[in-house]
Amino acid sequence: MINSNANLNPKLFDKDIEQVPSRNGYGEGLVAAGEENPNVVALCADLTESTRTQAFKDKFPERFIEMGVAEQNLATVASGMAAAGKVPFITSYAMFSPGRNWEQTRTTICYNDQPVKIIGSHAGISVGPDGATHQALEDMAITRVLPNMVVICPCDAIEAKKATLAIAKTKEPSYIRLSREKVPVITTENTPFEIGKAEVFNDGKDVAIIACGQMVYRSLLAAKKLEESKISVRVINCHTIKPLDNTTILKAAEDCGAIVTAEEHQVNGGLGSAVAELVSQHFPVPMKIIGVEDRFGESGEPNELLEKFGLTKDAIIKAVTSVLRMKEK
Amino acid sequence: MSIFDQDIHKLEEKAVLIREDIIKMLLEAGSGHSAGPLGMADIFTALYFNVLNHDPTKPDWEDRDRLVLSNGHICPVLYATLAHAGYFPVSELKTLRKLGTRLQGHPHRSTLPGLETTSGPLGSGLSQACGMALAGLMDKKKWWVYCLTSDGEHDAGNTWEAIMWAGKNKLNNLTVIIDRNNIQIDGFTENIMPLEPLKQKYEAFGWHVLEIDGHNFEEIIDSCNKAKTIFNQPVCIIAHTIPGKGVDFMEKDYKWHGIPPDEKQAKQALHELRTLQGKIRSEHE
Repeated sequence: MINSNANLNPKLFDKDIEQVPSRNGYGEGLVAAGEENPNVVALCADLTESTRTQAFKDKFPERFIEMGVAEQNLATVASGMAAAGKVPFITSYAMFSPGRNWEQTRTTICYNDQPVKIIGSHAGISVGPDGATHQALEDMAITRVLPNMVVICPCDAIEAKKATLAIAKTKEPSYIRLSREKVPVITTENTPFEIGKAEVFNDGKDVAIIACGQMVYRSLLAAKKLEESKISVRVINCHTIKPLDNTTILKAAEDCGAIVTAEEHQVNGGLGSAVAELVSQHFPVPMKIIGVEDRFGESGEPNELLEKFGLTKDAIIKAVTSVLRMKEK
Repeated sequence: MSIFDQDIHKLEEKAVLIREDIIKMLLEAGSGHSAGPLGMADIFTALYFNVLNHDPTKPDWEDRDRLVLSNGHICPVLYATLAHAGYFPVSELKTLRKLGTRLQGHPHRSTLPGLETTSGPLGSGLSQACGMALAGLMDKKKWWVYCLTSDGEHDAGNTWEAIMWAGKNKLNNLTVIIDRNNIQIDGFTENIMPLEPLKQKYEAFGWHVLEIDGHNFEEIIDSCNKAKTIFNQPVCIIAHTIPGKGVDFMEKDYKWHGIPPDEKQAKQALHELRTLQGKIRSEHE
């Protein structure tokens, strides 16, 4: 059943639930961060409107820096600005940053320990018609392997805003992945958010679904359906992929004895991998990882693609049934 | 502003000591780069003992000039110069590249006082210097940003992204010094990837360009001072240097780019440095 302490949107299961792209929440959060701290600056690589950095540019034109189509320079200039006391947010599509500029991010931001905040919009298969070149499905893998880096994948626009404000206050290099498409707003202003703290959105004891991004909504839908068959499901919104909330996840392994993870990312190297690395070493339980199975995306409408690539409520239900069978053996 | 002959003699003596330490460090480490550090010893000496506004007792002093070493592999010259300037004990130079050292094979900012950045992978330093310079201009700071780059790393796209961006933003508190020694690992720069006409390329991107003899202290210091008088443009100083400068058998030979001397070669190199190419008798013999 829904955890009332999570203060989720009361219209959660309504057909007309409000839908907003998570990048919008980032845009609002960046303006708020800019109001709080005059050292916050925004750098963008020729994608100011579509990454929603435009609002910051309008409000603080003197603190907005246009980089042109040059993502390597984007990351490295930001490193230099951070060294001189600024809190730089660098924005592009996830495929280009942290995609194209990974080595610069590793050396000049993470190893150099500079508090650069990387915002990767248009992540996931739901980017849609633009096709595989623009559908970042590897970004969490390449960022979470970097020492010092924080990796966050918010479940909706409200959480994206909270995450943006939160990383503006920390010293760590950080990455937030955002969606292009509208996704249901499942949280409220009163839903708890803390970097590194996973939240139980639906409580249960037979199986745990650990999800991030828009797969949290689909997991909640799956849980509701499963509860009709008397299967008690714990749904955990694991917005921070790194540092992983070991306590909440191991407790779920112990309490439920079976885990399904769900993410809009390659199964290799993302949230599922992070959970498996933890659980397999400390409290092994049967597990299934829902994600893109080692292949590139393609053009199509977002929902068609989510269906084709198996990122649906039904796929989650099937995986739950499968891990429950493994658990019984 | 000109400089007195006696000051130049002092700088020349300091540069010889720094070159000797570079040879000793590399011999002790058993790996590392020889040609670049020796070739840049005069420029580093001029910067840290004349040009830069800095305080070795306060490496984090907010108003210090920033020196970004982009081609991190020549760090033996940076380490030796920082040690002689007083950032850490000269005795620590012998720990270069050894387990537990603060003197990593390529510079790591947070482990050693005096480093402005972490570097090694080529082509990223100029962008970082640009970021510092822009932040300084935004906050109306008086400090200056120097970036030392190699000619070889001008093969990298990241470098040209930075050159274009610095010109656009008229970063007039930024001076780039290019170590134009004409060598890189695989051979001579003009064979590997031609860079000329380098001066005209920078000018086309909105920079003011000066060319100097990178072993002439007066020219090094004068050009750095002149750079501060240029209005509304970043300045690039193309410093023509001799790779391996000071050690006859290393000079102008690209094979010395990425290797250290063995014991016999180090002995020969130290003899040459101490006797000014055999012109005087060494007290060490």
